Amino acid sequence: MNLHNVSWVRQEMVLASARPVSQHGPLEWMRKNLFDGWLSTLLTVASLSAIAWLATAIAPWLGNSIWKAKSLTECRQLLDGAPGACWGVIRDRWPQLLFGFYPADLYWRPVLAFALLFAALAPVLFRVLPSRALWTSAAYPGLACWLIWGGSFWFPVAVYLGFAVAAALFTSTARISQGLGVSAAILGAALWWIYAAQPFSTGVNSIIPIAVEAVPSREIGGFLLSIIIGVTGIAMSLPLGILLALGRRSSLPLIQMLSVVFIEFIRGVPLITLLFTASLLLNYFLPPGTNFDLVLRVVIMVTLFASAYMAEVIRGGLAGLPRGQYEAAEALGLDYWKAQRLIILPQALKISIPGIVNTFIGLFKDTTLVMFIGLLDPIALAAAIRANTEWQGIYWEIFIFIAAVFFIFCFGMSRYSMYLERRLKTDHR
Amino acid sequence: MAMESAAPSEPFHLSMLFNDTRYRARSIQVIAFILLVLAAAWLVDNTIHNLAALGKNFSFGFLWSTAGYDISPHAIEYSSTSTHARAAIVGLLNTLIVAAMACVTATILGVLAGVLRLSNNWIVARLMTVYVESFRNVPALLWIVVVAAIMSQAMPTPSAFRGDNPTASMILWHSVAVTNRGIYLPVPDFSSSLGQPSSAFGALDLNYAAILGTLALSLLAHRSLVRHTQRIQSASGQRPATWWKSLCVFALPMIALLYALGFHLEYPALKGLNFTGGLLLRNSFIALWIGLSVYSGAFIAENVRSGILAISRGQTEAAHALGLSPGRTMRLVILPQALRIIVPPLISQYLDITKNTSLGLAVGYMDLRSTLGGITINQTGRELEAMLLMMLIYVSISLTISCVMNVYNSRVRLQER
Repeated sequence: MNLHNVSWVRQEMVLASARPVSQHGPLEWMRKNLFDGWLSTLLTVASLSAIAWLATAIAPWLGNSIWKAKSLTECRQLLDGAPGACWGVIRDRWPQLLFGFYPADLYWRPVLAFALLFAALAPVLFRVLPSRALWTSAAYPGLACWLIWGGSFWFPVAVYLGFAVAAALFTSTARISQGLGVSAAILGAALWWIYAAQPFSTGVNSIIPIAVEAVPSREIGGFLLSIIIGVTGIAMSLPLGILLALGRRSSLPLIQMLSVVFIEFIRGVPLITLLFTASLLLNYFLPPGTNFDLVLRVVIMVTLFASAYMAEVIRGGLAGLPRGQYEAAEALGLDYWKAQRLIILPQALKISIPGIVNTFIGLFKDTTLVMFIGLLDPIALAAAIRANTEWQGIYWEIFIFIAAVFFIFCFGMSRYSMYLERRLKTDHR
Repeated sequence: MAMESAAPSEPFHLSMLFNDTRYRARSIQVIAFILLVLAAAWLVDNTIHNLAALGKNFSFGFLWSTAGYDISPHAIEYSSTSTHARAAIVGLLNTLIVAAMACVTATILGVLAGVLRLSNNWIVARLMTVYVESFRNVPALLWIVVVAAIMSQAMPTPSAFRGDNPTASMILWHSVAVTNRGIYLPVPDFSSSLGQPSSAFGALDLNYAAILGTLALSLLAHRSLVRHTQRIQSASGQRPATWWKSLCVFALPMIALLYALGFHLEYPALKGLNFTGGLLLRNSFIALWIGLSVYSGAFIAENVRSGILAISRGQTEAAHALGLSPGRTMRLVILPQALRIIVPPLISQYLDITKNTSLGLAVGYMDLRSTLGGITINQTGRELEAMLLMMLIYVSISLTISCVMNVYNSRVRLQER
């Protein structure tokens, strides 16, 4: 008997038939994802009815949006009793919500500073530009301050020269001793800033006057203020947090104790009390007659507050590194700072990225708290607009606008942190 | 330099303080200590000079002078003739009350949202994602202000409830009135009282003491019941049904006591232009409570979700292989492990809620910050003392909470070799 002519052996392939309708397609998807059991069905029905209720409430309100109204009464007349959103308040007051009482003809300056912010951040955030571009980023803070507050161009230059003084002192003395170099650099820069910076800038300004109209801090408000405080706080709290975290894990008992006391104290009190300290108590702790800008005080307090949280996040990252990494760094003969800089911190910071970005987001949201000490953040301005006779009684439109702007910034930051995690992922799990 | 350091006896040289690891740690600490003392001395010196220039002294004596302002709500006896110290305590209690309420509701919301976000149901999971992302990314202060604005602007005035054909009506079987002045709730009341002896913090209601005592006794009885059941189970392998016994242990004594005391609800009623009777939850309280709950609920949802996701699938499968029912798998295997991950961040959320109650200032809630750190400062001009005291109180609250967290952490830590 030949195998080839056994009639019951199939010679040709059976064509694949389509899956049964009950196993795929939208119906099956719905059965699996929406109506899988009584609880799931109940949840689906509840969610759908909630969405429907929201939609029926919001759709006519959004559909009847009025943009061209100068006051709430005018808007209500136009609506004639129908539900509708009076976006006129945003159209009318958006400059105030964005810039506070910043002079209207100078709006281009903060806008330019904001645009330059992204240019300066690009080499830091994305690897599209050569790392030499970081040097131009370093010039950004001074430029932005000059654009926003105005005044003499030579003042930020004088402040930057302080760093040059520090660098020069460090390179000339570091050959004797690194510690001496660092001390000399700090001392020299401090002396420059305290005694020489102001005379230098006025002196140069009298020879080559480059100045733009100065804008006092009390005129800055709205999202401009939030972004100023947020960006400065973010930029400064990370290095400070790293130092505090290293201090808390230091083997020197005094340094460790100082870091622990600072971190636990700051984390134990609400930010509001720190802000009140900045506005009420700072005058007690400084030499009589000292008075410096409220925005600067707030920035310092917000930075200190965020750096304590940052320190705890980074400490978690440091603790998460296997002990072998520290031992390997020591075995290579690296000293403490080199080991931290080249081996420990890059890895520790990488695993604490989600926490760091969460702290950034928290800091940016916390900038709204400055309204309690009389600064005009968006929420304070919303309260002012709602107290105004023209727009008294309006709330949804203005709060939706503010919430949307905050959402865009915070959500953007959290998405960026996810991108960063993916980019820095080097393991193969 | 090179000659000296190459000397055979290697004599002590000043530069060794910084270059020799044997001495460097100590010299750095000595320098840090000197700098710290100098900074502290500078600050104290400045403070003394500034206080002297203002003609003030440093004393907490103001705490025992008459406060002269009203606080509502007040949990303990308080009037405007009470002292500043008592005002601070009333404020502290208000802080703790709203913090506790917000912690409870935020936990319920957060657990619900976190579990539902992991649900297989597509639409619920999406809805919960929208909730978490939109509430997390907007400042808590904005939510508090939004709730306050809705309560005061969109709710009917008490007069809208009047007349034969009112535009607003009470909800929940005519027991709760939602007005633009706040929410009026029915309160429990007793027709007979066991007496109200007075104590340092106001009158003590013996009725409530009796209820608490009964509850404690029921709890003890329930525990002995559970122990008894466990003995039976370990002896015979059979676990008798206990739920109806537990129910009786709790319900019967309580019902008997409430009946004996003549328990009933006192409903709010419209009298004249306003509601009387019942309990008024003010707008400030509601705004702070709801605002903090929905905001922190979004964070707790993420904690819960990550805690559940962190338990490996193998644990569920192992529990099923042992023959445990899905409910028992959750209760005996998954939850104890997930809780170890969820609870520490949950407690730090509670800490954040407690600190965020200070945002009540925006809606006029009389918490610790508004009494001791607000009106008291304005009236006495003692900002230094009052702020120090207030920070001290906040730090002690937070240290207490982190103490609880450490105790919990050490109790649930995995027993490792």
